[in-house]
Amino acid sequence: MSTLTDPPKESFRLSMLIYDTRYRSATIQVVAMIGFMILIGSIISNTVHNLTDLGKEPSFSFLSEPAGYDINQRLLDYDNQDSHMRASLIGLLNTLVVAVLGCITATILGVIIGVLRLSSNWLVARLMTIYVEMFRNVPVLLWIVFIMAILIETLPAPRAFRGDTPEATMSVFDSVAVTNRGVYVPEPLFHNSLGNIHVFGDSALRFDVSLDLMAFLIVLGGSLYASMRIRKWADALQESTGRRPTIWHIRAAVVIVPSALLMLVLGFHLGYPELKGFNFSGGTHLRNSLIALWLALSLYTAAFIAEIVRSGILAISKGQTEAAAALGLRPKRIMNLVVLPQALRVIIPPLISNYLNLTKNSSLAIAVGYMDLTGTLMGITMNQTGRELETVLLGMLVYLTISLLISSAMNWYNNRVKLVER
Amino acid sequence: MSDISFVRTEMLPPKDPPASEVGVVGWARANLFSGWFNSILTVVSLYFVIKILIGLIGWAWVPTWSATSLPECRVIFEELGRSGHNAGACWGVIAERWPQLLFGFYPNGYEEGTADLRWRPVLAFVLLFVALAPVLFSDKVPAKLIYFTAVYPFLMPWLLWGGTVWTPVSAALGFVLGYVVYKALAQSTSELIGLIVGVVAAFVWWLFVASLFSSALASVVPLALESVESRQFGGFMLSITIGVVAIGLSLPIGIVLALGRQSDLLIVKTLCVGFIEFIRGVPLITLLFVASTLLNIFMPPGTNFDIIMRVFIMVTLFASAYMAEVIRGGLAALPKGQYEGADSLGLNYWQAQRLIIMPQALKISIPGIVSTFIGVFKDTTLVSVIGLFDPLNLTNAIRADADWNGLVWELYGFIALLFFVFCFGMSRYSMYLERKLQTGHR
Amino acid sequence: MNNSVFFGALTVAGLAAGAAAAGTLDDVKARDKLNCGVSTGLVGFSAPNANGEWEGFDIAVCRAVAAAVLGDPSKVEYVPTTGKTRFTALASGEVDVLARNTTWTFSRDVDLKFEFIGVNYYDGQGFMIPKELGVSSAKELDGATVCIQTGTTTELNLADFFRANNISYEPVPIETNAEARQQYLAGACDVYTTDASGLAATRATFDDPSNHVILPEIISKEPLGPLVRHGDNEWGDVVRWTLNALVAAEELGITSANMSEKAAGTDNPEINRLLGSEGNLGEMLGLDADWAQKALAAGGNYGEIFAKTIGEDTPVGLARGLNAQWTDGGLLYAPPFR
Repeated sequence: MSTLTDPPKESFRLSMLIYDTRYRSATIQVVAMIGFMILIGSIISNTVHNLTDLGKEPSFSFLSEPAGYDINQRLLDYDNQDSHMRASLIGLLNTLVVAVLGCITATILGVIIGVLRLSSNWLVARLMTIYVEMFRNVPVLLWIVFIMAILIETLPAPRAFRGDTPEATMSVFDSVAVTNRGVYVPEPLFHNSLGNIHVFGDSALRFDVSLDLMAFLIVLGGSLYASMRIRKWADALQESTGRRPTIWHIRAAVVIVPSALLMLVLGFHLGYPELKGFNFSGGTHLRNSLIALWLALSLYTAAFIAEIVRSGILAISKGQTEAAAALGLRPKRIMNLVVLPQALRVIIPPLISNYLNLTKNSSLAIAVGYMDLTGTLMGITMNQTGRELETVLLGMLVYLTISLLISSAMNWYNNRVKLVER
Repeated sequence: MSDISFVRTEMLPPKDPPASEVGVVGWARANLFSGWFNSILTVVSLYFVIKILIGLIGWAWVPTWSATSLPECRVIFEELGRSGHNAGACWGVIAERWPQLLFGFYPNGYEEGTADLRWRPVLAFVLLFVALAPVLFSDKVPAKLIYFTAVYPFLMPWLLWGGTVWTPVSAALGFVLGYVVYKALAQSTSELIGLIVGVVAAFVWWLFVASLFSSALASVVPLALESVESRQFGGFMLSITIGVVAIGLSLPIGIVLALGRQSDLLIVKTLCVGFIEFIRGVPLITLLFVASTLLNIFMPPGTNFDIIMRVFIMVTLFASAYMAEVIRGGLAALPKGQYEGADSLGLNYWQAQRLIIMPQALKISIPGIVSTFIGVFKDTTLVSVIGLFDPLNLTNAIRADADWNGLVWELYGFIALLFFVFCFGMSRYSMYLERKLQTGHR
Repeated sequence: MNNSVFFGALTVAGLAAGAAAAGTLDDVKARDKLNCGVSTGLVGFSAPNANGEWEGFDIAVCRAVAAAVLGDPSKVEYVPTTGKTRFTALASGEVDVLARNTTWTFSRDVDLKFEFIGVNYYDGQGFMIPKELGVSSAKELDGATVCIQTGTTTELNLADFFRANNISYEPVPIETNAEARQQYLAGACDVYTTDASGLAATRATFDDPSNHVILPEIISKEPLGPLVRHGDNEWGDVVRWTLNALVAAEELGITSANMSEKAAGTDNPEINRLLGSEGNLGEMLGLDADWAQKALAAGGNYGEIFAKTIGEDTPVGLARGLNAQWTDGGLLYAPPFR
């Protein structure tokens, strides 16, 4: 018995790298690593070699040269003498705008459609099924160009608004002009504006911060916080005395009055769009390309989200609904209080990947001439400077960063929801 | 005996339910007009459906099938008393161009001295279903058909690209050689050595021997199809080819990546995760830009793939990342007992994967694989951005013909319809499969 | 390592990889096919017909070069390129010659390392606008919405023009001519700007061309021509002189109808030299003596090609204008064949 306590001490042999499971994994890893290094190394050396042959030195200096082209849709100031860097930044912001808008509307539409697909109304349920199948089974690029074509062909041109008996008129009390160049809506203006703060001087990253907006946000944030405190106070009072004071009017006043006062002080008024020369001027111009892309992406993604919502709702066992019904809840409250909160847990992970898909699909903007990152950096800039390697790599890097940010943010949220639930 | 009680001995016949509860009316009341909200919804949706249908049918129902140009269509509309920008559909463009939308520039025998070769993609497409039958409808077809499935990956490129039959045969022989070497070495030495040497042997065969072998055989037995350049691919044929090739090639890559992602080996895992997340994090269009502008720069000087090959490569990489995630889902869905069971039988890693894990995981993943395929198939329209003639880009080419300049809806509608038919069919199949698998699994 | 992976795929797919190391002329001869980069579709310049055959003005250049080098105008592989992919396709050796109405500019010639071998169409950027707007000069376009095709020099010219005149505009970037046409007709933009030839071609396909005017201002010079890679002068010479042969043939009165008659020998030594019955010009280029005959047989001389593809009798309906022979007041001036 005592003879077998120590395993025989083996000296290390080369063959153990393959036969011994303790070392084999290390061998495989080292081999994989070497293979990967060789792959990367050969790609880099090939690239350098090929670029030298073509007489191009990889360099990012083109980013600071003047871009020379104009961008119609822009959140920050830009003109064609600004650098390619600035143009790319404008493009990036445009990507983010359409992605955020798209995600919001796609979610709203998707939830509505998903719930309606389960509606007891036969016609509505069928129509929603048709909607979902129609959008899921046709490429999104086709939808984008299709919707763009519909907008262009069916909406009136600005010149239809002209004349004494115009063919088209502005809607919503003459304040909104819906044209095939886009939608013009009134813009907020201030008589006693506080002005802007200019950040980053003349660099490519420069931007203006509107003090009016900042002031408004601060006041609104403050009043929302106050309103929350009031609710907490009411809750505490209810806990201790069992009597809940009526607070909704106080809370409403706390939220509305300070903002309204601020607006009054700043001299808030709306700037209406007006037909001047070739175009409407004044107001905020939501361009057709943005609307078409936004609409197409949201409608397309909504079809997927609807399916997710539907399967999420169906995943909740019938016993939950029946138990809630037995408690005397109305169908609407059953949905809001019992089914949806549970379904969310099933819904959120696939929802994240749909948000990611939407963001990535927004790169199809070039099909309708919306100047997003693909249209500026990987479009005109690449074309004018001939720097394919630099622009494409930079563009991929930016998209990758956006994707990783979105997925980590959503995963964080997902984990939070999970913790609250369990 | 004054209080006479009456006891009824037979039941009254049941009354018919009220007319409002049965038949069409009853159905409509229950399903369309239950409550004021539903009634409004029904009426509003009916209104829109009818309005859209009337508009659409009025537009589409015009005798323009034989028109040979847009001006000719306009003449027909004028005769019908219609005018304006969207007076009606000009179907002549579809009548004239549908072969192009389906086959692109595949040789159609129009030019003198050339043959109409379009039967080849059609045959390849039909055979695709035969090859897939053992997988898709395993209970309805003879099991022997699986051999054809194994042959198909070599048959399809031969049918599409043509050339001597010995090229695909020698490519297939590479696999056979690799397997034989693996078997021989795995018996005598170790599995790992067998695997490595087998793979090396296959590559040596492909790189150095295969071309000699096939050209030698071709000179002895010249059995060849007329070869077709991949540039001549276009239209739906291109979309389907890209989709099928990408999914076919991405399946093995995806399995390897999924296993790598699950593995305990840190470096392997990191590499796999990095690759998957990178590909999934960037839009396909940027990968296509890489295919069109950068891939040649990454290659050793002198190599030059044509653009369709490069697109195949990038779309395959793209699909593999998604495939890896689908298969990972399948692996995760397997109960832990299966892994433990395999271990307790004393199977090693690869044996367990091959005999226990993968067959089950792949079966669970089939719906996911089908939907990945639908996604990739739809995404093939993106190649229009880099100038390949998929159906969407063909519309631009067709509209560059002075006869058809100015058409929009007919072409988009036709393409959308074809895509819909394909994708809808596949998604229905995947749902059927999901149901079948669910009952089989629980 | 990566090599082998791709070569594996390559063998399976049965693909021929061509090396770009040797001279392009030898490559083309060895391949027996000319790879010609063309536009994916531009009315009159390049478009596939219902049978998949490419037709148009730019296509004619490809056919002529293929005929001169390989003796058969149909031995061309057309590689459709977009505004984005065209230069990479040429630089990477995917195409031998790019005939895609590309403007000859300094930076493309010098910085991007290409060689423009001549001009096959002198164009300029113009504006088209509906008559009802009552605009007679581009300088009155302050505040207008302008449709431009992206990926071209047009957007840079446009920005320069409006900046120089200190007026504002709203650009609507558009990928293809077909979409631009759609937007313009629906009134989504007031003005459409692109090369004047493109404008005329587009206008010709409207149902009411007379309601649209092309403004008199031509805001840029757009010499469109075929281009090849820098550094392969033999190949550049072949393409250059093929184009020159087409132009010179028109000047010398050689048409596809009378070519065989003139090839037998004429009193004009230049015709004889061009058609190969005298001298050894073909040999100097590394081609057959009758290279120019073959090139001319492909589609006729420059004038014939013009008339057939974009001339006044075609739907495109362009006048010769600047593209007339220098003897007729145009800019076409082929150097002497001697």
